[in-house]
Amino acid sequence: MSKERIKISEALYDIMPSDYQDLVKSATYGKDDRGWKDIGTSKELIEQHSLCAGCPESMAFRYIMASLPNPEDTVMVGSTGCTSLVFPMVAVHNIHSLFGNQNAIASGLKRALSVRFPGRIKDVVVLAGDGATVDIGLDMTLQAWFRQEKFTTICFDNELYANTGGQESGFMQKGFVAKMAPLGKQFEKVRLPEIARESGCHYVVQCTVSKPSLIEKVIRNAVHVAREIGPTYLQLYTPCILEIGKNSMEGLQEMRDSEKPTERFAYKEFISEPAKQLLAELAAKEKERKAAAKQLAGQAQA
Amino acid sequence: MMSAYRVLPGPEHFLPPAAASMGIRLPNPGEAHINGVIVPEDQAYEEAARQFLMAKVPTIFPGPLVLWAWNEKAAKKATAIRHLFETLKECVQPGQKPMLIPMPDYRPKYPKINPEIEINPNHPNLTIWHNKIDCCMFIGVHCHQANLSLKIIRGGTSCYTIAMCAQAGHEDAMLSFRDASVEKIMKLAETVKRLKGTVQPRLSAAKN
Repeated sequence: MSKERIKISEALYDIMPSDYQDLVKSATYGKDDRGWKDIGTSKELIEQHSLCAGCPESMAFRYIMASLPNPEDTVMVGSTGCTSLVFPMVAVHNIHSLFGNQNAIASGLKRALSVRFPGRIKDVVVLAGDGATVDIGLDMTLQAWFRQEKFTTICFDNELYANTGGQESGFMQKGFVAKMAPLGKQFEKVRLPEIARESGCHYVVQCTVSKPSLIEKVIRNAVHVAREIGPTYLQLYTPCILEIGKNSMEGLQEMRDSEKPTERFAYKEFISEPAKQLLAELAAKEKERKAAAKQLAGQAQA
Repeated sequence: MMSAYRVLPGPEHFLPPAAASMGIRLPNPGEAHINGVIVPEDQAYEEAARQFLMAKVPTIFPGPLVLWAWNEKAAKKATAIRHLFETLKECVQPGQKPMLIPMPDYRPKYPKINPEIEINPNHPNLTIWHNKIDCCMFIGVHCHQANLSLKIIRGGTSCYTIAMCAQAGHEDAMLSFRDASVEKIMKLAETVKRLKGTVQPRLSAAKN
């Protein structure tokens, strides 16, 4: 698991576009402690994206790409929505599924990868919007959880169908009036984190993407728990600034306002007992690794 | 019965038929096809070299299977491709402009591609048009992506397409080898060298 697998043929190195050369030279494939702090000092696994200026989803994408623990052996499954505009620019294997089918595709993919590469860790991560996760694809989402499929489901919750003009979604808050939902939402926002817990997810978090360090932590936890134990679910608030009438620079504040303890995106976390145990073990190992690295650095300085 | 359909430089039309659906079949080992007609492989070397030497902008498009050093064999093929390109540069006449343009992966890269430095299988015509490429060779491109590109090129451009395929060949190319290897790439380079000076480039033919 390292850059050994992405070497450019020497004889043709000079003709490769510079973004590919940079991926090989300074991307963080294979780095043990990769995380959001690499952004700005290494080649990111996301090239230009075609989202709107200031879109919080683009921030979320960058943090997630920087935090995946095993990007060279990860396959992401996307679905219809704003996220599908970004996947072509991402340097991680990915599959675009039919609208709502993402968790069904990921189930088969994860099983096939386990058979095809029995000795190698292969992570599967679903990344879809709220329309794909809680409306059109709810059946596939829940069935994958019921079956205890070992992959992570990430939902970018922007509380409506953003790129088709602002229709009502299951995650829209009650009473919200959108461009294509003029009467306002009549029902409560679907409580999918609670449903996920009851459906067998071992690690569930709901939060906003205002804090990159938090996103790094929950992504790593979710992927590790899914790899070893069973399904995990992350619901990340990525407001659509256009559809809620905000300006480009107001996305971050919107998230900060929405994550206050009394607000609808207050941090929420459910962890099963086996997952708690696993995360404690991983934390202990990480502590040991850091101590060893510190000691090595100290010896090198001496 | 042999099909009367011939795989010729386009523009054929917006959605050209898959050559296979028109009855074009793939060559057996030791054979190649030219315009859809099965020929001995040696004949294909001559024709491919002639097309390269005739073209104003003969171009090689190496794909991910050779651009990335997956294994020793891929790296060796890359070296052979570089040799073929260098040979081509030595053998063309002033005014001809050989190019070596990579297809690093198959991501659609919307809304932007830089046609000066790369080709993308989802819109290969952009690179062909931009660089005025009139003869190209695909090598190291996965078959399904090569087929897609070859059809788009035949549909929308007048470029002559050659496929140096490591599998069974491509019906949708105007000329296709099969079972590509380092030896075959080197043999094509030798043929180009041997035919140097014997082929009239389209460039000067147009002037005359």
